[in-house]
Amino acid sequence: MKPPAFTYHAPESLDEALGVLAEVGEDGKVLAGGQSLVPILNMRLAAPAHLVDINRVAGLSTVDTNDTSVTVGATARHTDVELDDAAYGVQPLLRQALRLVAHPVIRNRGTTVGSLAHADPAGEMTAVLALTRGSVRITSGSGSRNVDATDFFVGPLECCLRAGEMVESATFPAFPAGTGSAFIEVARRHGDYALCGVAAAVTVLDGAVSAARAAYISVGPTPLLVDLTDAVAGGAVSGGAVSGADWAAAGRLAQSQVSPEADIHSTASYRRHLVGVLTARALAEAAAAAAPTHSLPLRRSG
Amino acid sequence: MSEQHRSVTLTVNGRTHQFDVPVRRLLSDAIRHDVGLTGTHVGCEHGVCGACTVLMDGRPVRSCLLFAVSADGAAITTVEGLAAADGTRHPVQQAFTECHALQCGFCTPGFLTTIAAALEDNSHPSEEQAEEIISGNLCRCTGYQNIKAAVLRAAELKRAAG
Repeated sequence: MKPPAFTYHAPESLDEALGVLAEVGEDGKVLAGGQSLVPILNMRLAAPAHLVDINRVAGLSTVDTNDTSVTVGATARHTDVELDDAAYGVQPLLRQALRLVAHPVIRNRGTTVGSLAHADPAGEMTAVLALTRGSVRITSGSGSRNVDATDFFVGPLECCLRAGEMVESATFPAFPAGTGSAFIEVARRHGDYALCGVAAAVTVLDGAVSAARAAYISVGPTPLLVDLTDAVAGGAVSGGAVSGADWAAAGRLAQSQVSPEADIHSTASYRRHLVGVLTARALAEAAAAAAPTHSLPLRRSG
Repeated sequence: MSEQHRSVTLTVNGRTHQFDVPVRRLLSDAIRHDVGLTGTHVGCEHGVCGACTVLMDGRPVRSCLLFAVSADGAAITTVEGLAAADGTRHPVQQAFTECHALQCGFCTPGFLTTIAAALEDNSHPSEEQAEEIISGNLCRCTGYQNIKAAVLRAAELKRAAG
């Protein structure tokens, strides 16, 4: 298992990187963390003629947080985003999801933006971008454009990047005030790709559920965003407990919106079952996190 | 077309090595073939088994998922770099010995480097955290119980040593 030969480029500035990408066009592939790309190369599932290693490009490894959003640069490692307390304060779903991305050692090298550009339908961060109504900044030698999550993911392992372009950063907006979030998934083995994963956000206003949304991985070609408000609106929340919200009904509503496929890991009907069960659990956890008496969850490791 | 080569400088276990490699040379192969340190084992070569884990600038990474050229200029610690200069075992190595945490030994270098780095961040792991630390490494011999015990014992030894 050795990668096929390629021409290697190691630009040190964004302009230089964009110049190389423009020059090599369709034959070029950006190398960031490489935790998905290098296995693909090692298994010879792809053989790009040019690799453009952006790890030496200055200024791309930032995690910038302001009052309303978190913006992650193209070479910021998953670990750096996961451990960033300011980012967690503004958008807790980042850390909640990143804990489930592969293993800590993979997260040390893998990048959050790279996992978005890879557009794996099992990739947790695709659901985070979708649920936060986030966007990516796509840059080429001829300028930049911001693309919403809904337009960015085109199909399995396919995003809307064109030849000569790269994703420079991704922005994850904060949820509205009074919103709690959770990310839950089921995988065969710890750290493995999820059979089904659910990112959930529940907004509580004046002690009652006012909005509930979820985004799903591994049950469709792209992250699927579902509004579940109708099933649970009006459920009362007090002291961290939610009564009167029918989370199971929300699970059934979600099940009616998905069309999962079978593969070697799971039948389609088991995935559909997971959508129902995990939706109910994730919404309940998100609602508890939205309640004002909730104490912030601690990281499990380190 | 002849294959592209580049010069790479790596500081491995404190010693600087400079050599030319094909740009597609994996860091794991560079460490074994170019630097000549064969303690870093190559198992799956797609990031699943963890046997090739080394520390790059202090952080554990999969050396089979990095090109040597991408690591140019980095400081690498392999399993050979864990013990003290006088041969005194690293607390993790001592704990593996005491707890019988290996059988065939193939996976052991990756466990040792991974655990050594994790204990730098968390000197008092719980049982659950010990499981999390080793969750990315495969061992087909031990059943993991003794490795988990070794994580906790290594933390004890490390704390005792100050």
